[in-house]
Amino acid sequence: MSDSVREKIIAIIAEEAVLDPDQVKPEMTLEDLGIDSLGLVESIFKIEEAFDISVPFNANEPAQTEFDISSVAAIVSAVEALVRARV
Amino acid sequence: MKRVVITGAGTVNALGQDVPQTLAALREGRSGIGPLEFRDAERLSIQIGAQVKGWQPEVHFDRQQLGFLDRFAQFALVAARQAVAQSGLDFAGGLGDRSGVVLGTAGGGVGTWDESYRAVYAEGKNRVHPFVVPRLMNNAAASHVSIEFGLRGPAFSVATACSSSNHAMGLGFQLVRSGAAPVMLVGGSEAMLCFGGVKAWEGLRVMTKDACRPFSANRNGMVQGEGAGVYVFEDLDHARARGADILAEVAGFHMSSDAGDIVMPSLDGAARAIAGALADAALTPEAVGYINAHGTGTAANDKTECAAIRRVFGPAAERVMVSSTKAAHGHCIGGTGAVELLACLMALNEGVIAPTLNYQEPDPECDLDVVPNTARTARVEAVLSNAFAFGGMNAVLALKKV
Repeated sequence: MSDSVREKIIAIIAEEAVLDPDQVKPEMTLEDLGIDSLGLVESIFKIEEAFDISVPFNANEPAQTEFDISSVAAIVSAVEALVRARV
Repeated sequence: MKRVVITGAGTVNALGQDVPQTLAALREGRSGIGPLEFRDAERLSIQIGAQVKGWQPEVHFDRQQLGFLDRFAQFALVAARQAVAQSGLDFAGGLGDRSGVVLGTAGGGVGTWDESYRAVYAEGKNRVHPFVVPRLMNNAAASHVSIEFGLRGPAFSVATACSSSNHAMGLGFQLVRSGAAPVMLVGGSEAMLCFGGVKAWEGLRVMTKDACRPFSANRNGMVQGEGAGVYVFEDLDHARARGADILAEVAGFHMSSDAGDIVMPSLDGAARAIAGALADAALTPEAVGYINAHGTGTAANDKTECAAIRRVFGPAAERVMVSSTKAAHGHCIGGTGAVELLACLMALNEGVIAPTLNYQEPDPECDLDVVPNTARTARVEAVLSNAFAFGGMNAVLALKKV
């Protein structure tokens, strides 16, 4: 499951960043990818739709939510946790 | 140029269904925010709002009228009746020929859209109510007000999201000031507290799940409200000639556009609107005692607005009182500036400054006198009311004592 989750998330992030999926590296931050706050909100929406999950994220306090957005790898593991919780 | 004064005020909002109830709540620091109560509210992740509770449209309108009236138009009409009654104006006998109405709304008949889509998509019905179009159109409220009072001059609606009613009041002010109309009914109305209306806002992730805390370091978003505010703006000479009670003078207005980001606020755009209103009113920052802030309770708005006030006011920013009343009546979107103007009138006429409720932690980026939590008595000669909308459209009004 994990590989396909990661691939789907990277595809979503790559689309938002207007990059090829293989240009998106786990250690990259949203800033590295050029994704701004609106791009982040749209990415989270696409992730929620793709995995049928609800992501706890408030744009007013991005650092304080339990959903870690500090890097691509962090986002992948946070989504994986939400997907596991769903199943 | 004519001088323009306010000779009547009316409102419906979560704090009260008239001006005295609303001012009492503002003075006492009461909030109208509570659990949302409407169909499918349990499917929302945001469960709070400032709803007008106990609204009984049948008390104000007959059945035939109600077929044409979305909730946003109902609020506007009732507020307009209160304002006109207070002004004592009679638009018969020629006055109505040149007088008009400008009302702001962001969404118009959102509840009517919501119900009708539910009927055809969710419930599989093949027809909707025959008056859906005239009920939901953005100009419906302004049209009904014009019909009720026989206002046959300039009449239109303004939609600039959260600045709508400030733009509407500003344009009405300019029409009276220029001599184009002796009297204008102005203000705004919004009623998007329904499943689709709140669901749309949830998507942006700028709403708080717990409480609206403007300027507080722990603020985490806005709370939606609903309601209307309507005012009678009148040529000062006209008002004096008939011996009308004058609530305040509308001294100036300015609008600016950020021409930048579609949702992120701009310090420069806000500052230009504030500075422009002061210049239009020939007021110095030192002369302004109170600013009713846009103060949405989002991270971005509140710090940007405070920085804009500091930039324009300079040293005078240390002593000007700045409060956001949105923690009381919620963010009434296209009607919000009109509801908030009541706090400005209370400051000028009663010397009571409405507080910023739910203030808990100082934020170094919002280090102004935000009149935390309890109302304050103060003598104020001039005030500003800010509105800064999504889309980067800003509108600031300046009021003073006559």
